Amino acid sequence: MEKIPILRMGEFLLVTIQIDMHDQLALKLQDDLSNAIQKNASKGVLIDISSLEMVDSFIGRMVADISGMGKILGAETILVGMQPAVAITLVELGLSLPGVATALDVERGMALLRRKIDADGADDFNR
Amino acid sequence: MADGTMSNVLKKSGKEIQANWAKDLANAQSSSRGRISAAELEQQSAEFIKLLTIASEHAKASDIAAPEFKLIREFLEGISRSRVAQGFSSEETASFIFSLKKPFFAALRVEAGKDADALADQVWRATELLDALGLHTVKAYQKSREDVINRQQREMLELSTPVVKLWDGILALPMIGTLDSARTQVVMESLLQKVVETGAQIAILDITGVPTVDTLVAQHLLKTVTALRLMGAECIISGVRPQIAQTIVHLGVDLQGVTTKANLADALALALKRTGSSLKAH
Repeated sequence: MEKIPILRMGEFLLVTIQIDMHDQLALKLQDDLSNAIQKNASKGVLIDISSLEMVDSFIGRMVADISGMGKILGAETILVGMQPAVAITLVELGLSLPGVATALDVERGMALLRRKIDADGADDFNR
Repeated sequence: MADGTMSNVLKKSGKEIQANWAKDLANAQSSSRGRISAAELEQQSAEFIKLLTIASEHAKASDIAAPEFKLIREFLEGISRSRVAQGFSSEETASFIFSLKKPFFAALRVEAGKDADALADQVWRATELLDALGLHTVKAYQKSREDVINRQQREMLELSTPVVKLWDGILALPMIGTLDSARTQVVMESLLQKVVETGAQIAILDITGVPTVDTLVAQHLLKTVTALRLMGAECIISGVRPQIAQTIVHLGVDLQGVTTKANLADALALALKRTGSSLKAH
């Protein structure tokens, strides 16, 4: 069965979605990712959807859910590289994904993630 | 024509009819500020009489959709097109055909002599034919006008969505004219595409040229802002005029934490500050 790889990069996890998602795959990703965050004690998750060209309302919601789950598990989640067509589709579907952090590409997403975690890290240090 | 009277009359006194008609046309034209020369009118009327003579010889009744009338139809369509280009009104264009009635009926009358029944019959036939031709002319006129309007609409759509690169990582989109769904779609697509191409972090939507903002327009703006945010770019709306600010508040439109500025300069200053601070962090 096909599987979306979850790569570990230090304290971050990198998920690159390179095939068109179907519902089962999205559910499995949700499951795998939350387990991986737990196992690696990751501080940040980067989801790259630059190859994703089609979305429906289910996948849209799934992406929002994954981001929410990451947050609950203590990992900053950032969605990077959304294609214009996908963005327009989501907006037309009424899914504005409030509370989901976004960035243009992986590089910017990584920088943003580092900034966010540095801010959190300062809190830890004060304790 | 069934009894051939019309074609006979046209053949016999075609020259005379045409002369009278051209005179009437020229008189009517004198009020139309000389957009068309008398010689041109003369030539057009002569051509039309010639075509009508040929057509009425072969055709039955006043069915102008018949193949015999093909040349006439094309000729009239050509006239309509040139009238549109010369700026004539639909009335003036139609009267080109309708003004033929007077000299034509006069000729029919001479031909019929004292026979009132025959005259009435022929006048009716001629009217039917000329009315059909007149309507065809107006239809062609309308179509030419619609083509012009459609072309202009397309051109306006292209003109009205330039995405400008203001600074490294800062794009601006000056919007001009009323925003409707179709235009918003084009604006959104071209802006998002440009964001992908240039990797810009901030896009400024300048609505100085948008005359009114109602709930629908505000909704369209919000859609664009949301789509930009989903792609990871920030959006600033600039050029909000005092009246528009008042309308937005009175309408109770929630701009959901969208950054807005009164003018493009302020928006650019803010955008520079934002990109500048992120540059420092590197």
